[in-house]
Amino acid sequence: MEQKSDRTIITVVGKDTVGIIAGVCTYLAENDINVLDISQTIVQGFFNMMMIVDMKKASKPFGQCAKELEQVGEKIGVSIKCQREEIFNKMHRI
Amino acid sequence: MINIWEVKETNKMIEQENLDVRTITLGISLLDCIDSDLEQLNKNIYNKITRVAAKLVETGTEIERDYCIPVVNKRISVTPAALIGQAACRTPEDFVTIAKTLDRAAKTVGVNFIGGYSALVSKGMTKGDENLIRSIPKALSVTERVCSSVNVGSTKTGIDMDAVKLMGEIVLQTAEYTKENDSLGCAKLVIFCNAPDDNPFMAGAFHGVTEADAIINVGVSGPGVVKKSLEQVRGENFEVLCETIKKTAFKITRVGQLVAQEASRRMGIPFGIIDLSLAPTPAVGDSVAEILEEIGLEYAGAPGTTAALALLNDQVKKGGIMASSYVGGLSGAFIPVSEDQGMIDAVEAGALTLEKLEAMTCVCSVGLDMIAVPGDLPPSTISGIIADEMAIGMINQKTTAVRLIPVIGKGIGETVEFGGLLGHAPVMPVNKYGCEAFISRGGRIPAPIHSFKN
Repeated sequence: MEQKSDRTIITVVGKDTVGIIAGVCTYLAENDINVLDISQTIVQGFFNMMMIVDMKKASKPFGQCAKELEQVGEKIGVSIKCQREEIFNKMHRI
Repeated sequence: MINIWEVKETNKMIEQENLDVRTITLGISLLDCIDSDLEQLNKNIYNKITRVAAKLVETGTEIERDYCIPVVNKRISVTPAALIGQAACRTPEDFVTIAKTLDRAAKTVGVNFIGGYSALVSKGMTKGDENLIRSIPKALSVTERVCSSVNVGSTKTGIDMDAVKLMGEIVLQTAEYTKENDSLGCAKLVIFCNAPDDNPFMAGAFHGVTEADAIINVGVSGPGVVKKSLEQVRGENFEVLCETIKKTAFKITRVGQLVAQEASRRMGIPFGIIDLSLAPTPAVGDSVAEILEEIGLEYAGAPGTTAALALLNDQVKKGGIMASSYVGGLSGAFIPVSEDQGMIDAVEAGALTLEKLEAMTCVCSVGLDMIAVPGDLPPSTISGIIADEMAIGMINQKTTAVRLIPVIGKGIGETVEFGGLLGHAPVMPVNKYGCEAFISRGGRIPAPIHSFKN
């Protein structure tokens, strides 16, 4: 069985506004989640961000973080999704 | 490292193109439940299923949450009930108690279907097998979640025509027993040739006797994803077309492989196989017929359909086989009528007939599936359709199946509504000429010459 990774992909999609990255990063910092990589684009006025984070030392379990981040997103007016990295590795890497 | 475009591609497949894991099916052997006392047998069955499958639904839901990929169904398949019940059941009524136990266990653990109310009679029937088969109409009418299948032929054994004759009657009786619900019972009854032991898809799933005590099989889907990727290569030649299907099938299957491994790890139950099928649903954009149209047909059923389906089926397998360590089950493209909006449209437009569907089953992964026919057909006609389909499977060394729904009280052109994943279907015309004398002969059709490979 392959090694289970603690890396999680967070995607943020929505209308561009002030404070999206700040809002998400504040939550991550408060919960001991380490950001490994961020990439971001604006497509037709829509804000698209992907973060690779390490949740090894996270203070809360995955399910709770995912739910709370979703709520953070609702407050800012964007959609935030947490997915374990393996699904992307499996699909796009041989 | 994964980049933003790859993440977006995956999430687009899930959010807009209906990519999902169609089913995590937990196969459970009931061989150790056998007892000659019926009450004890039922107790053993209930206890084993509820113990082994206790975490199934919870695990499926956790996987959904962790990867944001829908796991549409969590299901169970068990050892064919005819084998488990023979020692205790003296009558068809006795077998019905097993069906009720399976239903109760399914409800306790929260799965939506449990398969394996089955008999394997490809060469002949024991008294127990026959009792189980005769109990099917009652069993499917008094239970909600139980699915039944009967394997009546194989390339190695030929076709048991006594069983084919009996199944024609049983399909009609099942329709009659469930006529209040548009003969819905028949949607839970499949007749097979060369039935696989590890199929995770209902209604034909059962846990074969060659399998381990418990096993996780996963069925992936994603006709919408294939359709969308083909939109990018309109007008290109067959090489490009086939490459595109292959690459897409690979990606879809990899997700299935991940889910299967995770489910297996979290439940502590070995991984069996991935069934890499394109399984349509009535949802818009989740249709195999729409892929055929995208390949270049005006409607599914138009000339060229069999060739288009053959290449689709083959490329899905070629792409999928490298993506998973173990591939099995039915694997290929399903062509059910009621569960696929594009197929329904094709029937309603007059483009798709029962005869063309039969031709398509020679090259698709299964057979005549979810086809509504008039309820006043003679049993021998149903048996004749079954025999034709079994012969295709036997001669071509492939799995074929029949899931016909003779709708009591409805005629050609009327529509039946099954609801949910089962969809709706127009009642289709059947050739009106009889085959009574053929079906009444009795006995077996011998195994074909190419089965003797020893």
